[in-house]
Amino acid sequence: MISETTYAELREIAARYPEKRSGLLPMLHLVQADHGRVTPEGIEACAEILDITAAEVSGVATFYTMYKRKPVGDYHVGVCTNTLCAVMGGDLIFDRLKQHLDVGNDETTELRAEDQASITLEHVECNAACDYAPVMTVNWEFMDNMTVQSATQLVDDLRAGTEVHSTRGPRLGTWREAERVLAGFPDGLADEGPSAGPASLVGRELARQRGWTAPSSDASGTAPAIAQTKLEAVEQADTSRAETETLQEQTRD
Amino acid sequence: MTDTLTPVLTDNWGSERSWTLASYEAQGGYRALKKALAMEPADIITAVKDSGLRGRGGAGFPTGMKWSFIPQDNPKPKYLVVNADESEPGTCKDIPLMMATPHTLVEGVIISSYAIRANTAFIYIRGEVLHVIRRVQAAVTEAYAAGHLGKDIHGTGYDLDVVVHAGAGAYICGEETALLEGLEGRRGQPRLRPPFPAVAGLYASPTVINNVESIASVPSIIDHGADWFASMGTEKSKGYGIFSLSGHVKTPGQYEAPLGITLRELIDLAGGMREGHQLKFWTPGGSSTPLLTADHLDVPLDFEGVGAAGSMLGTRALQLFDETTCVVRAVLRWTEFYKHESCGKCTPCREGTWWLVQTLGALEKGQGSESDLELLLDQCDNILGRSFCALADGATSPIVSSIEYFREEYLAHLAHGGCPLDPAASTLFAAEGASA
Repeated sequence: MISETTYAELREIAARYPEKRSGLLPMLHLVQADHGRVTPEGIEACAEILDITAAEVSGVATFYTMYKRKPVGDYHVGVCTNTLCAVMGGDLIFDRLKQHLDVGNDETTELRAEDQASITLEHVECNAACDYAPVMTVNWEFMDNMTVQSATQLVDDLRAGTEVHSTRGPRLGTWREAERVLAGFPDGLADEGPSAGPASLVGRELARQRGWTAPSSDASGTAPAIAQTKLEAVEQADTSRAETETLQEQTRD
Repeated sequence: MTDTLTPVLTDNWGSERSWTLASYEAQGGYRALKKALAMEPADIITAVKDSGLRGRGGAGFPTGMKWSFIPQDNPKPKYLVVNADESEPGTCKDIPLMMATPHTLVEGVIISSYAIRANTAFIYIRGEVLHVIRRVQAAVTEAYAAGHLGKDIHGTGYDLDVVVHAGAGAYICGEETALLEGLEGRRGQPRLRPPFPAVAGLYASPTVINNVESIASVPSIIDHGADWFASMGTEKSKGYGIFSLSGHVKTPGQYEAPLGITLRELIDLAGGMREGHQLKFWTPGGSSTPLLTADHLDVPLDFEGVGAAGSMLGTRALQLFDETTCVVRAVLRWTEFYKHESCGKCTPCREGTWWLVQTLGALEKGQGSESDLELLLDQCDNILGRSFCALADGATSPIVSSIEYFREEYLAHLAHGGCPLDPAASTLFAAEGASA
């Protein structure tokens, strides 16, 4: 069942955009926040609000990996196993967590008598934090510089209900709370955590130590020897595809 | 002589509450906006053109020229869309920027939208970075409250609305036309071009799509001038850029420097490779850019230099691997990624990446024969340039380049009946007992 409140919020999301269908991605995030997964009722509601078919909504919901058709646990735990993190230890961490939690990829732990929370474990692709490898995520918050030991401790703490903070963010809430923020309803936690993690600041710190800065405002150099026409630009750019397409376009003109 | 490192975008990152409007304005933030709003939109486009700024999302197309393609006689609304879907393996510069100083991006969005006469702009952020989304949402709210966004901005009569849009997990949405599909509430599948987005983009209206770092560079260009920007960098690759070092280097992280710095210099700044190890291979700009080796340490990291070395500058995502890393394993994992992320629209990509994984997977296990290397190259030949977008092209890059530089290592897998290297030796915690 979709509550009246959720229905109103789904409409509110659609109204943020010049064309309402643009709201579908955040609307599906809200469905997950409300139902713990993308449910048939949620799909119907989105379809009705956007005047499209349920099949069209399903087509979108099954395309994007963050949308889940099976119930997700209280915490979604991701382990980056793309090449760099995998090599630096992500593969070992993921193997160890599967064993430790006794689940496979994209599976959820049984709630044991002593557990306060369940965990869904998934290996994830590069999460744009490579300078903190090996990287994990909990409900899409960063957990940086992980080891096998810190990873098992992390999941034990989450299951036991112990307070855990993201290494670059707030105290970890539930997956459903996170999905609500992704739907565009802020939770007021933007001011939590540091401005940046240590690795983000290494170049800046080094420049300060050595007295290096950007040039002063009156600096000038040689004029850029860059392309003046579209054809020259695509030739210089790193994309042979754009070059072919532009050539086609010009020939057509 | 320009300094080795030139922090501009990263300069405020460590400041107290750097993500807030108060902190940003205290350090000169929104000064460029004031200046820009007193300029003619066309003059802003000229300034960006004159600066030589080229797209920071990988392709290096001149930003000012891209803006000038927006047909101002087209009666439809114009849109600015910021590509904040940073997902290319190895790329990790936009995410810390939006977390530390989201107002740099918001200020850039306002100036850029004003220049192309757009009244609505979108920031499409990948969904998997919750705290970054919070910070950008908060920055946009603060900018509205301060009158930097909304109706009649600072009495100029110019209106701008900004919508922060969270994606839902799809590498392909970093491709600009797939991103537009996602933003229109559809499956993220690339569109056929032409028409280019500048003519028919979002809602078939004229649309500029720029990377976060490109847009974030605009306020500095307006504030200090095109000449100032062009005083950094090389002849055809102007300005500064964030270089992201990751992997087996002592101090991985973000280093902001003029384009044209070399990897040798950057590794030196980062304290060298990890103790007792040597560089084996690296990506200059993410996994879609062909691998380079220790022979390329002195290549100038600008569009031309890396291109001449047979690769691409891409997003300056420098992933460094030492001699403990199996190149076949590394390439197989990237290939599995491309297979997973192929949107399925074009047959050569959908089927081709699947076959690449089969062939590479067997080789990694020491199965197959030497002729499978030729088979792989033939498969790549049948994939490259045969799909709507560059995803599949990117999938072939690590394969072709690794066979070029490390053919012997592939053969060693066959001779050894599997990987001759110990994966535990390449982990970061190898010393503390990875099998624990």
